[in-house]
Amino acid sequence: MPDPESASPLTVTDLACRRGGRLVFAALSFRLAAGRALLVTGPNGAGKSSLLKLLAGLLAPAGGTLERPGHIAYLGHDNALKAVLSVEENLRFWAGLSGGAAVEDRLARALDVTGLAALADVPARLLSAGQKRRAGLARVLASGAPLWLLDEPTVGLDTASIDRLGPAFSAHLEGGGMIVATSHVPLPLGAPEQLAMGGR
Amino acid sequence: MHRFANPARFLRLARLIQPWTAAAMFACFGVGLYLALVASPIDYLQRDTVRIMYIHVPAAWMAMQTYAVIAVASLVSIVWRHPLADVAARAAAPIGVAFTAICLITGSLWGKPTWGTWWVWDARLTSVLVLLFIYMGYMALWSAFDDRQRAARAAAVLALVGAVNLPIIKFSVDWWNTLHQPASILRRGGPTIDPSMLKPLAVMGLAYLFFFITVLLMRMRADLAAQRLEAAAERRVMAQEVPA
Amino acid sequence: MLRLLTRELRLAWVERSGGAIALIFFLIVVSLFPFAVGPQPQVLARIAAGVVWVAALLACLLSLERLFQPDAEDGTLEQLVTHGLSFEAIATAKIIAHWLTTALPLLLLTPLAAILLNAPAASWGLLAAGLALGTPALSAIGGVAAALTVGLRRGGILISLLVLPLAVPTLIFGVGLLDPLAGVAALKWLAATTLVALSVSPFAAAAGLRAALE
Repeated sequence: MPDPESASPLTVTDLACRRGGRLVFAALSFRLAAGRALLVTGPNGAGKSSLLKLLAGLLAPAGGTLERPGHIAYLGHDNALKAVLSVEENLRFWAGLSGGAAVEDRLARALDVTGLAALADVPARLLSAGQKRRAGLARVLASGAPLWLLDEPTVGLDTASIDRLGPAFSAHLEGGGMIVATSHVPLPLGAPEQLAMGGR
Repeated sequence: MHRFANPARFLRLARLIQPWTAAAMFACFGVGLYLALVASPIDYLQRDTVRIMYIHVPAAWMAMQTYAVIAVASLVSIVWRHPLADVAARAAAPIGVAFTAICLITGSLWGKPTWGTWWVWDARLTSVLVLLFIYMGYMALWSAFDDRQRAARAAAVLALVGAVNLPIIKFSVDWWNTLHQPASILRRGGPTIDPSMLKPLAVMGLAYLFFFITVLLMRMRADLAAQRLEAAAERRVMAQEVPA
Repeated sequence: MLRLLTRELRLAWVERSGGAIALIFFLIVVSLFPFAVGPQPQVLARIAAGVVWVAALLACLLSLERLFQPDAEDGTLEQLVTHGLSFEAIATAKIIAHWLTTALPLLLLTPLAAILLNAPAASWGLLAAGLALGTPALSAIGGVAAALTVGLRRGGILISLLVLPLAVPTLIFGVGLLDPLAGVAALKWLAATTLVALSVSPFAAAAGLRAALE
């Protein structure tokens, strides 16, 4: 788990996002302290996914500033799994890229929490949609990054799988980590701060 | 027909036959190679290089025979949907590639001392080269699909199209070649073959045939085992999906 | 970046697709020429070097469409970026992987192609040397074109349109290597072309990838 000292808080000031010539949102400001979670809500097209991509560094802001930890874990709409590789091979590559100590430990725990330990050697192409999503979450869990950015993490998951994530989320937050998530369904994040993004 | 459709029955039979075909293969290769490389007479013109023939000619036979096996298996697969036919056709293809490659390589090694060149665009050589390309396309098509059923169907259709096309290719290449290059200097071996050469050739042919059967059985068993592993993995995925 | 490169090679090995098909394509294209121009050894020997080069160029194009496309589709590209890899590093790893999985096997097949085309044995070395020196440029130019067309429908055809004109200098100097009079000059120009392509392409390809994520 990340060291609370090293997790610099997330600060967003006057952030603006423009995609395909359209201003998605502007003048967005918020702060997130270490150990806190932020649930981003809003109608489709409000820019929830764009915000997460901005925070992940995948998009350049059209204006404003953004301060975040250097090491992040991002779960987008796709799970970045290679069909021919086994679940474990897929996750080990990303965990290795994330670096840090105890890669194997983090990997084993992430597989355990997501209930994929029994399928570690199965090629990713055989997984169901829900299992693939769980593999995507396992990648985030194994990353060791202080800031988790989760875009609709529960797509395709049943309630039992969602509930199993609760302890992992709270352990991350208690260790001083941060979570920013978008979701249409309630997430087991305890009492997260809320950011409602308005459509137009 | 469907008596052998049961993979378990096939596997029992294959386990029973395979040691015998393997033994026959080793025996034939032993005798054949001795007869061909040591005991057979040398050609008064080609000297020892004529011995390449004993490796080369059976490879050419088997290259074509293997394609015939694939074509027949593909027909069986399309008409009767026999599951083992797909396995057999798929398993035979790389062996066919090996035979074709041996045929081309030994032919090339033979061509250098006898014709003074590694390769000529003679009708025969050309059609064997085209056969090699068809084999490779067939294998590439097999591996291009994720879904085995679709791959089997597509590959079977290609194998049959190839079977129809091969005589046309052979014919067209014959016609194309005679237009430009007389066949007289490229004739191999001579019109008649001496009985002292025929016997080692026949034994080597048998050795190749047993090799084909043995490796085909091995590859089919391996393929069936791989399918069972995949099915087991799929069951685990399904079982894991339902919370215990 | 090394990690990404080894994974690319592992994927290429497990998927066993692009590289092998490019090789077969190369051999088939080479063997079409005797059918088209006739099998006379003198004619074939005359055109051998050019045919091998054109066939190698076309074969290199085949696997380009799948260079970045699968990664862009399954979210791998986004993950590589959020894991701190620069676009330049990603592009460089991909270009090296393309060369290793497509161009290098082609290089090993050139003696075979030379035999099929009755090229004089003395020219094999120069032909292979030219390809060894020139194909990195093809992979580099191809990497740029593949990056620029990520996410486009019909990207594959577009890649050919983009790569072929840019590959003309490499082709000219590569074949020029076999010219007994201008060989040394062609060698220098070929090396220069490859160096320019290699030094510019990671940045150009990175710009393409960056735009693809927008």
